[in-house]
Amino acid sequence: MSINGAAYIVGAFEHPTRKAEGQSVAQLHAEVAYGALQDAGLSKDDVDGFFCTGAAPGLGPLNQADYMGLTKLRHVDSTDMGGCSYVMHVGHAAQAIKEGRCNIALITLAGRPRAEGMATGTVPRSWAPNIPDDPFEIPMARTVVTSYANVAARHMYEYGTTSEQLAWIKVAASQHAQHNPHAMLPKVVTVEEVVNSPMVADPLHRLDCCVISDGGGALIVARPEIAKSLKRPLVKVLGCAEATKNQAGGQVDLTYSAARQSGAAAFAEAKVTPKDMQYASIYDSFTITVLMQIEDLGFAEKGKGGAFVADGNLISGVGKLPFNTDGGGLCNNHPANRGGMTKVIEAVRQLRGEAHAKVQVPGCKLALANGIGGLLGHRHGSATLIMERE
Amino acid sequence: MATQAANRAIPAPKEDPTTKPFWDAARAGKFLIGRCKDTGKHFWYPRGCSPFTLSNNVELVEAKGTGTIYSFTVMRSKEPHAPAYVELDEGPRIFTNIVDCDLDTVKIGQKVKVVLKATEEGGAPVPMFTPV
Repeated sequence: MSINGAAYIVGAFEHPTRKAEGQSVAQLHAEVAYGALQDAGLSKDDVDGFFCTGAAPGLGPLNQADYMGLTKLRHVDSTDMGGCSYVMHVGHAAQAIKEGRCNIALITLAGRPRAEGMATGTVPRSWAPNIPDDPFEIPMARTVVTSYANVAARHMYEYGTTSEQLAWIKVAASQHAQHNPHAMLPKVVTVEEVVNSPMVADPLHRLDCCVISDGGGALIVARPEIAKSLKRPLVKVLGCAEATKNQAGGQVDLTYSAARQSGAAAFAEAKVTPKDMQYASIYDSFTITVLMQIEDLGFAEKGKGGAFVADGNLISGVGKLPFNTDGGGLCNNHPANRGGMTKVIEAVRQLRGEAHAKVQVPGCKLALANGIGGLLGHRHGSATLIMERE
Repeated sequence: MATQAANRAIPAPKEDPTTKPFWDAARAGKFLIGRCKDTGKHFWYPRGCSPFTLSNNVELVEAKGTGTIYSFTVMRSKEPHAPAYVELDEGPRIFTNIVDCDLDTVKIGQKVKVVLKATEEGGAPVPMFTPV
């Protein structure tokens, strides 16, 4: 059963904070939910479907929904696949709407790792008790950055990808971030500045890594009749798919990601191709994360991603594939260490024609958002969402 | 410039009832890996089911302890260390550390052998690798 055309994104809101010293996690969720409902022209009692993850406090569909006074819910989904969950949730919401399980779905993300002083990427940590791989990996200093660095090292070995090529991804993000008043790192950087920034975990430098930020965002997904009764530009869901990739008992292959599967499935459902995309939000926890998705989604051949991203090809108005025009995780924000939400939000802005004038893609009709959740070098998920301005 | 691998304090692995025999063997100086008796294939990490068939027809067998570096990074912290994937001669690629060497000379494709490294608080030792 295809979800092509089954639902529309009618509301989107990104929290302006980057350091939430004065707000609880539950309150941040409430603020983004209210913001997205205001954007859509709806109110909280219109919401009958609620989507969140483990980033929501407690059991999200219970505790967080209770905090927000959501009393009309008849469909909930807290499927958690890390940072890409919110991309996936748009697809899940469209499925639920198509099946008649809800009419108006609210998706929320919020968190405050920065205010809490969390060493997100450089300290080994367990997600929860009883995880079977932890005893074999926590002693090995498995961190977010070392997991992605292993992927980057193998990519360089296999394909001759260079640090300068990876740096172009950060350069493009910084070119966009300079126009975003909320961006944590609004300063334009050069390839030289990236490759000369301190090495964190070879071959990833400090400027190959995303920021740690607080904040969050929310989306409202609604059935077509409702979307057409509202006053916002119409952003139709054309396709959405998810995939996972794990260690397969030790048959580890770091040269590709689950975006290969999620991308192919989403493009098939949307009945469009990578060449049709006028804008792409691509998960950027690290520069290497972007490179892998660009290849695995089909924007470049495997091994040729380095050449593809070089020389400004990701810069809006300059290159062939404008990406992350809000500055992305590399420069703008990465709320709650989960970047999927802001990926969808910036794609929606582009399709509505509401991105910053300096980065708006003229006549943007087709856009993609892709997320990667978990650890790319260990076990991860990918979610691909394709949207059309109607 | 040389970057000697630090002798960092390694957190003790949290043992669980299913993998206790693996850790007991490590304490006795043996490096074991999983083997699926349905397919004959080796697997990592050790567990009570086969990642190839899901049956519990599995065993722990002693590995040769030799392999090749598939990928690695050097964490440039105060205590430099090198999280890596090593391809064992038996086949599985396992997440580990490269230790007891100058980390600036390590290369993908390099031959390595296992070293069981002591962990904090009297925990079981964990399998890491050093250049042959």
